[in-house]
Amino acid sequence: MPTAPHLLFFILVFAASLFAGLVGALVGLGGGVFVVPLLTLAFGLPIHEAIGASIVSVIATSSGAAAAYVRDRLTNLRVGMFLEIATTLGALTGAFLAVIAPTGALFLVFGAVLIISAVPLAIRIGEELPRGVKSDRLARTLGLAGSYPDQHLGEEVAYEVTHVPAGFSMMYVAGLISGLLGIGSGSFKVLAMDSAMRLPMKVSTTTSNFMIGVTAAASAGIYFERGDINPLIAAPVALGVLAGATIGARTLARLSNTTIRKLFIPLLVLIAAEMLFRGGSVIFH
Amino acid sequence: MIPHTHDEQPIEKAQGGQPARNREALIRQAELVISYVLRIGVLLSALIILVGVVSFYHSYFTASGHAVNTAAFPHTLGGVGAGLAHGDSLAIIMFGLLVLLMTPVARVVVSIVAFALERDWRYVVITSIVLCILIISFVLGRGGA
Repeated sequence: MPTAPHLLFFILVFAASLFAGLVGALVGLGGGVFVVPLLTLAFGLPIHEAIGASIVSVIATSSGAAAAYVRDRLTNLRVGMFLEIATTLGALTGAFLAVIAPTGALFLVFGAVLIISAVPLAIRIGEELPRGVKSDRLARTLGLAGSYPDQHLGEEVAYEVTHVPAGFSMMYVAGLISGLLGIGSGSFKVLAMDSAMRLPMKVSTTTSNFMIGVTAAASAGIYFERGDINPLIAAPVALGVLAGATIGARTLARLSNTTIRKLFIPLLVLIAAEMLFRGGSVIFH
Repeated sequence: MIPHTHDEQPIEKAQGGQPARNREALIRQAELVISYVLRIGVLLSALIILVGVVSFYHSYFTASGHAVNTAAFPHTLGGVGAGLAHGDSLAIIMFGLLVLLMTPVARVVVSIVAFALERDWRYVVITSIVLCILIISFVLGRGGA
């Protein structure tokens, strides 16, 4: 495979990143699930440069798609900002504990948790909108309930938000995992909003999309100063992901919540498999 | 995410329909400003990165190009600044990436202003806490890394 300065490397990484940005923007993930194995396994780059590129990918997916999602009123800014307290605090704690944390075991635990979380999602696979949700006390105090225009259903959909303390705790864990393992953990954020807080799928993925950029920014400075962000690797990733996320953001509004859920579940299993693989390779080396 | 008439907004209810509509218009405007800031940041960073990439491959494919040192790239603010002054193409790419990495921070800052315009002080506080944690993580990151 060609390496960094080659134009072919640039073109291949750009094309793969375009795909990562497109899918990531639809399901609220940062694209690290594609970028890290691509750069390490296919191009043989060291893991720290792949993680540096993946941080760039997370922020590019987030900022590339968020402009459209916020404009189209899909993102719940209040839910996002409130939960961001938990994720940034978690990321900060994680960055401190990273030195002493057993990385291999953590990857295995996180992979296992994601596999288990796929089950309740699969049971609700045909669910277009959550039913019978009543806002809990914290959701009422913070005014988290909202509505979004659903292009697919052709109507304004009002929704309530429940189990806010549980969602907040899950977000802290999501941030902690981000800081500890250098991953975006968008998958866990979508799970917290979909399974615990019972937001409509589109609101969950677009709000996760909004949040992952802010969480990643908390650790981006560290990777930048450490020299893990190599311009010749990060440039095709950034440009490809930005283009892909822009296309993805235009597509999402027209898709149904069920379609996005069907897209999310296999990706969740893929991420879980990757985490188990990375955990295994850390332990057995 | 326009809150209609939920229990948590007694003031809005008491004031009746007209102020509520003004409030919705304000929220809408705030969303459009956040969206606009994101768009500008993304376009600007993509453009700068693209300029750097074109400049890099231009010198790479011309005769002098094979002397380009790809292993040495600036990764401190000072280094990027110094490289920019020399028109170094890798420094241009790094600058574009920095602009991109800063877009989420800009989003948080603009959100504080937007919530303040909505007079939603709870969310001004919540968003300010997020900004503080971000700043702390930057400061600690520089010191600890």
